[in-house]
Amino acid sequence: MSLHDTLIYINSTVESISSQFTRLPGSSIILRYVRSSYQNDPARSVLEFCLFLFAVRYFLASKYSVTKKDFVRLTDGEIDELVDEWTPEPLVPAMDEASQTDVDKIPVIVGATGPKVKLATGKSAMNLASANMLNLVSNEQIKQDAINTVHEYGVGVCGPPGFYGYQRVHINAEKDIAAFLGMPAAIIYAQAFNTISSVIPAFAKRGDIIVADAACNIAVCKGITISRATVRWYEHNNMEDLERVLERVSKEVKGRPLTRRFVVSEGLFENIGDICNLPKILELKDKYKYRLILEESFSVGVIGKTGRGVAEYYGVDATEIDIISGSMANTMVAGGGFCVSSEYAVKHQRINALGYVFSAALPGYLAKTASNAVAIMTTSPELFSQLNANARAFREIISKSQYVYSPSDPDSPLIHLRLKSEILETRKIDDEDHVLQDIVDECLYNGVLITRNKYVQSAENFPILPSLKVQVTTGLNKKETEKAALVVKAAISKVVAKIPKAKH
Amino acid sequence: MPSNPTKLASLFAQAQAQIQLPSSSASSSAASSPNNMTADPAAPSLGLLSYSSASAVSKASANLSPQELKRRHAQFGPLVHPSHLHVSQQAKGVLPDFIEEEPPLFYLLTTYISYLILIIFGHVRDFFGKRFKKEKYQHLIERNGYAPLTSDFDSFYVRRLKERFDDCFSRPTIDVPGRYLTLLDRTSSDYNSTFKLTGTTTEALNLSSYNYLGFAQSEGQCVDAFEEAIHRYGTSTASPRAEAGTTDLHVETEELVARFIGKEASMIFSMGYATNGAALPSLVSKGCLIISDELNHASIRYGARLSGAVIKTMKHNDMEDLESLLREQISQGQPRTHRPWKKILIVVEGLYSMEGTMLNLPRLVELKKKYKFYIFADEAHSVGAIGPHGRGICDFYGISPDEVDILMGTFTKSFGAAGGYIAADKAIIDRLKLDNMAYVYAETMSPPLLGQIEGALRTIIGEIVPGEGEERLQRIAFNSRYLRLGLKRLGFIVYGHDDSPIIPLMIYSPAKMPAFSHEMLKRKIAIVVVGYPATPLVKSRARFCMSSSLNKDDLDRILRACDEIGDMLMLKFRPSEHPRWKFEDVIRKGVMDCKRDMLDE
Repeated sequence: MSLHDTLIYINSTVESISSQFTRLPGSSIILRYVRSSYQNDPARSVLEFCLFLFAVRYFLASKYSVTKKDFVRLTDGEIDELVDEWTPEPLVPAMDEASQTDVDKIPVIVGATGPKVKLATGKSAMNLASANMLNLVSNEQIKQDAINTVHEYGVGVCGPPGFYGYQRVHINAEKDIAAFLGMPAAIIYAQAFNTISSVIPAFAKRGDIIVADAACNIAVCKGITISRATVRWYEHNNMEDLERVLERVSKEVKGRPLTRRFVVSEGLFENIGDICNLPKILELKDKYKYRLILEESFSVGVIGKTGRGVAEYYGVDATEIDIISGSMANTMVAGGGFCVSSEYAVKHQRINALGYVFSAALPGYLAKTASNAVAIMTTSPELFSQLNANARAFREIISKSQYVYSPSDPDSPLIHLRLKSEILETRKIDDEDHVLQDIVDECLYNGVLITRNKYVQSAENFPILPSLKVQVTTGLNKKETEKAALVVKAAISKVVAKIPKAKH
Repeated sequence: MPSNPTKLASLFAQAQAQIQLPSSSASSSAASSPNNMTADPAAPSLGLLSYSSASAVSKASANLSPQELKRRHAQFGPLVHPSHLHVSQQAKGVLPDFIEEEPPLFYLLTTYISYLILIIFGHVRDFFGKRFKKEKYQHLIERNGYAPLTSDFDSFYVRRLKERFDDCFSRPTIDVPGRYLTLLDRTSSDYNSTFKLTGTTTEALNLSSYNYLGFAQSEGQCVDAFEEAIHRYGTSTASPRAEAGTTDLHVETEELVARFIGKEASMIFSMGYATNGAALPSLVSKGCLIISDELNHASIRYGARLSGAVIKTMKHNDMEDLESLLREQISQGQPRTHRPWKKILIVVEGLYSMEGTMLNLPRLVELKKKYKFYIFADEAHSVGAIGPHGRGICDFYGISPDEVDILMGTFTKSFGAAGGYIAADKAIIDRLKLDNMAYVYAETMSPPLLGQIEGALRTIIGEIVPGEGEERLQRIAFNSRYLRLGLKRLGFIVYGHDDSPIIPLMIYSPAKMPAFSHEMLKRKIAIVVVGYPATPLVKSRARFCMSSSLNKDDLDRILRACDEIGDMLMLKFRPSEHPRWKFEDVIRKGVMDCKRDMLDE
């Protein structure tokens, strides 16, 4: 082929391409743009062309190429070999003897729970291990109303509240609880344990700030984890430390855009039994412009003159607390949890709280039970003074024990008992839970059912101090409660005395 | 109360005489596969509770007053014809790949434009509202040093899009969520910001509750067991399981659940959502890998995040994607350190609640043999609802439950109760009694619910009111196939597996969601529409949940309503290569049509 032919060939190709190009809509604009820019500044055209290529490469590049920085390229054969070699750990650790004993010692009650229970072992016992503090479990009217509700609504709700699972009994229960606590609105969840874990992430998001009591129960901690908010812990019930933390945070965030800030605390601490210093917390949260989320699972229906929780206990208006969550499964003997707050915050939860939106609603009869329990609490406030008297009677006897002390508040019917630290030292007790379990067994042998505080240490944020957990009830009169206290005290003495003192 | 065998036997005989299972051929086909738990009327004991023999399904209605009968039929409809039964079972042969049908491009484009308009309008209104109507926008504006409780960006979708059709959600009800629902009518004078009850009610056909086997009833053997349990056990045990919340009834129900599922042991929790939330952290932790299906339920994501394990997502039900992910992860090990993973847990659902797709279990079990991972299968929607014996996904495919390490499920749906369970080997369950948060901290399941659960399980197994369980199982299988195929024949795009009781009818456009819901309610049918964020933005849908309590007349009514509304709203998106049938033909030929192995070939 001669040079001439080649030129003609190139020419015709270029011509056909350019004629194709001109057929494209908008091509004349591009052509004009390139021409004019080239005449003025050829370097600019080259630069623009490079930029164009870069953009194309950028959009075509894999999204994940960045994360595979330390990706090791392997052949299929090598991968097969690695797959063959890989041995996973068992799904759960094997059961050793001690764990099996722990499992076997979980008490099984025959029939209903109540102030006196029968166990599967044949033993009868006074029950100080359940949160049936007002003994509403034994209330026949509650049972009958539950049955009537089932005759009207069926047992299950068969769907989440958003999809036809919001029944009139739920609406009524929400109204009753809100009215009982003197708050504008309430929302009910299907499980108490899941309530606060859903409430916190519904409001606190990444970038928000949570200042929380370090002794909060695990449900609160899981809620905080899920929320992805920045969390700062303050020493348990130490108001000076709370102020310090708030002060430090306000310095840290200075100049940054304003985000939501929450103080989170329990009302009556589940793992300790003491009561938060609400007046001081309210003062500090107002000073530093925080909102307060209060977990009242063990205080609503438990403390306060008429059982309305920590706010009543301190004589504070409940509406000063922004968000209160609580349990309907403890003294209310129903199931599920509630959250009371402003109308707006409740409405927000109905769309944004995971445990509300993605879970089936609480069975209607349990909502009815909660309504009834609230009605009983409202009409029989003397229950709470009885409960308080029982708690104090129990405390008075147990306080004489030389081996244990109680970190709980004298007004709390939930009483934790811990071995004194000098006992732990002089008797070299390593496995405290084991000793406590022996005490529980000894109590049961003598006809009193109590429990040690059960927890999953690997799931907790901070170490939990082992303790015995006693919950007094109005189902037992003062005399019986005192008798039970004597049994517990004697059991402690017997078990601890058996452990020899370590020689120095 | 110990049960009395002679009394029970006579009750069984009575029940059988009353019931007369409509089709012996259908039941024999179910019985042909091995059923190791079929009823044995001579069974010495049925456990702690006693059960009445009076069946609460349609056939046993000899001596009821007209009102009682009407109420019963409002909860559970009578079977119209014995041919309206089918056995839920994977057809022999290769599992077909699920093909997601696409609507014409034009509709996708208009859907996008709809959202664009909604978003622009929303922002314009926000912009001016915040400046000129401050009192109405207070909750979105910083006030005396407090950030707004909800940020306007996060709540934008809810305020500007969802609130426009909020009347389609959370409709309050006042009776059993059975065949019919009674809704409290509401009106809103402020564009759905608040509602007022008008005082009137509407009785609507229920196509939305997860009442798969129709156990949502206010009478019958389950409610009797419920009543006995509440008298003997009270409403609550007021303590976590691990402390003093366990009763003998809990232990018994756990054994029954384990026997039903085909595992050594099981554990019961008071909430289905929390079952996943607590189970995953007790199984895996740091150094472990969770591979989770991209469409898994929120509770699984919640549990996975709490566990601290690394989470990777696989494409929905795509076993090839899973295999390549496994090969990559096992060979690469943990990020940065390249140490081998401690263990790998594949978390999947048996039946996906928004798509109606079923887990490709046969292929997953094959992969498990090679890659040594553990399987956690969430059977919230599949247990009870599918399989020839109602035992879920393993039963449906005829695969032994031993192949799946942890089988999780809920009692809310098929069994008409509440709460959840996990079933596994005894060693695993025992370990979890120490390590599972929901067992150690959360409240125990309310005892009377156990009565409902035991009643439902024993009915399905056939231990009590023989024949009723079988009828329930076969009715939902038939209903699911009939309605699904009917909708396809009419020209709708329907997602999911042929036997799935969840039937998503694709709507796409956001404006058509409320329109469809309203039109259905006008025809007295209560349905659920789902859009973003539960589905991808452009894949809004109506989700029908099938139930044994519906009969063919109800289904035909639904088909007619969909046919009319489909024409009115232009919802018949199905590509034209599939032949479209007239409504009358669907009704006439549907029964035989839907019983073929592969639907819509």
